[in-house]
Amino acid sequence: MDEKAAVELLRRMKRIRMAEEAIAERYSEWKMRCPTHLCIGQEVAGAAVGLALRGDDMVVSTHRSHGHYLGKGGSLERMIAELYGKASGCSGGKGGSMHMIDLAAGFVGSTAIVGGTIPIGVGLGLSFAIKGTDQVSCIFFGDGAVEEGVFYESANFAALRKLPVLFVCENNLYSVYSNIRSRQPAGRAIHRMVGAMGMETRHGDGNDAVAVHEELQEVVAGIRAGNGPCFLELDTYRWREHCGPNYDNDLGYRSEAEFLAWKAKDPIPQLCERLLAKGVLTAAAVAAMEAAIAEEVEQAFAFAEAAPFPPPEAASAHLYKESPCREC
Amino acid sequence: MSRMLTFAKAVNEALFQAMSRDERVICYGLGVDDPKGIFGTTLGLKERFGAQRVFDMPTSENAMTGIGIGAALNGIRPVMMHQRLDFFLLALDQLVNNGAKWHYMFGGQASVPITIRLVVGQGWGQGPQHSQSLHAWLCHIPGLKVVMPFSPYDAKALLAASIEDDNPVVFIEHRWLHNTFGHVPEGPCRELLGKARVVRQGGDLTIVASSYMVLEALRCAEVLAAIGVDIEVVDVRTIHPLDTATILESVAKTGRLLVADGGWRNCGFAAEVLAVVTEQAFATLVCAPQRVTLADCPIPTSPVLAVDCYPDRRSMAERVCRMLATDPDFDKLFPPLETPRDVPDKSFTGPF
Repeated sequence: MDEKAAVELLRRMKRIRMAEEAIAERYSEWKMRCPTHLCIGQEVAGAAVGLALRGDDMVVSTHRSHGHYLGKGGSLERMIAELYGKASGCSGGKGGSMHMIDLAAGFVGSTAIVGGTIPIGVGLGLSFAIKGTDQVSCIFFGDGAVEEGVFYESANFAALRKLPVLFVCENNLYSVYSNIRSRQPAGRAIHRMVGAMGMETRHGDGNDAVAVHEELQEVVAGIRAGNGPCFLELDTYRWREHCGPNYDNDLGYRSEAEFLAWKAKDPIPQLCERLLAKGVLTAAAVAAMEAAIAEEVEQAFAFAEAAPFPPPEAASAHLYKESPCREC
Repeated sequence: MSRMLTFAKAVNEALFQAMSRDERVICYGLGVDDPKGIFGTTLGLKERFGAQRVFDMPTSENAMTGIGIGAALNGIRPVMMHQRLDFFLLALDQLVNNGAKWHYMFGGQASVPITIRLVVGQGWGQGPQHSQSLHAWLCHIPGLKVVMPFSPYDAKALLAASIEDDNPVVFIEHRWLHNTFGHVPEGPCRELLGKARVVRQGGDLTIVASSYMVLEALRCAEVLAAIGVDIEVVDVRTIHPLDTATILESVAKTGRLLVADGGWRNCGFAAEVLAVVTEQAFATLVCAPQRVTLADCPIPTSPVLAVDCYPDRRSMAERVCRMLATDPDFDKLFPPLETPRDVPDKSFTGPF
């Protein structure tokens, strides 16, 4: 992998991790008053996809979207301000953690209904096909979303029309507290099932950032060349509770041992050590990278704290877009 | 404006003109390019505008709605169509959670200019799952616009406006209106969404109606005129957002309100109109406002069972006369029709 790209991959993952750790640390201040789903442990997908895509490619995502948003280049300050419910939040305080947008970065939106943005992403792909551009649409979702009917409907249409769509399924084994084995039959591999629908599929280790990025380079190039959609399943694990800043292994829906086994595969030190060993990065360079991110995170929180709340009357704004009235 | 056209042809013309005017407009839905062309409304579109812009779709109502919304987010203006409203219920998630919310929940940064045409069936044994007029559900959702035209002119003018609107619009067509004739100009025409229209002036009582119910209300008014009852008919046209001003103005004049609605009574559209008028103009009412709606049961299939479930000119007239404390001979006023009551007119040959 290109050294510069590898360093950028590490930086994006660290930025996601450090921003979310700061959210977790401050969540109990009760200033971020919205359901917040952290992706700590799952940073590879957002960082690697964001790096593999072009600025004008478009992404849609789920309730657990901080990593996807930041990975694509979304504004950190506006993300934190959105969690604070501020007017300068990325959605003006209307959305919160589960409804983020940064159109300048090509992040078209994340929503809170499982599977809800899958057809939206396919529709973006359809718009590229109609307009004849070579943009790619990327849809993030989890293993639970492939249990929704809308997934099959959307994948079918993407395959039928060979649309430029990248489906990224982060399989973290749990839908809230329900293990995949109580939801899908034993022996099923999601990517193989989807392959039977007539779509190219890949399967990767969601903790191996370099391998995922390399896979993505190839996959995105293929989609851009007009080969049709591709489905990428990544094995990964959510470290913290489904929703909120804490750990929840004490609930008993999964074992501490399972968590520790996944945590040992932490993708960030894996990549960092690899780059140190190869001499691509020095310890001092890593420290400088971390210091710069810490500074940015600190500034983002300061921005969010200082930002004004929207006025109460904003609650009834943006109900409809004002349409220009054409003359007959 | 002397040319007569059917409602279906007016819809077809609106689609042709919208697609000619704006290359971002696309049309899709099950059967848009089949030989019947959605009751004739989409005939010729594919030949004229090509398969890229006019296409059949998989039987996937929910995803195909979301796909339209996604395309709309990137500047496409989809017109999606369903041959029955009932089929569209599968797509409520995408319409309500995404279509109606996207502009609002992202602080006005994006919008969803999609138009969804739904057809409401009636008669010829449509039965419980091909006849539902669930427009009231859609009126409950902030962020949606819901249009229910009655006249062929409005079918053309309001569909043009719906397609040009930057918001999601549900455009509901009653199947019994498709073959009705009216004056329709040849050139492009538009009417503002959100405006009702007084389609018949009168001084004794206001009937508020939309879609096919307007036709029945006009027939009721015509019959009652013969016994000196002077009815005003308000065609709501856009049922959400509701033009309360036009309704209130009419009721202020007549003092009596009857709402005729093709949906069910409970929490229905008629209930909303009654609530608005009693809240805002109670003092102008000289008697309790009333409503005629579908009977509170699913629509059965047998014509013998189905016909009396629907409000019609006679049930409206009976209610009007009660409100005016007159008691004419209704059997004389409404002699049996030449055509069976489970079809709209003699030209109708079924099956749907």
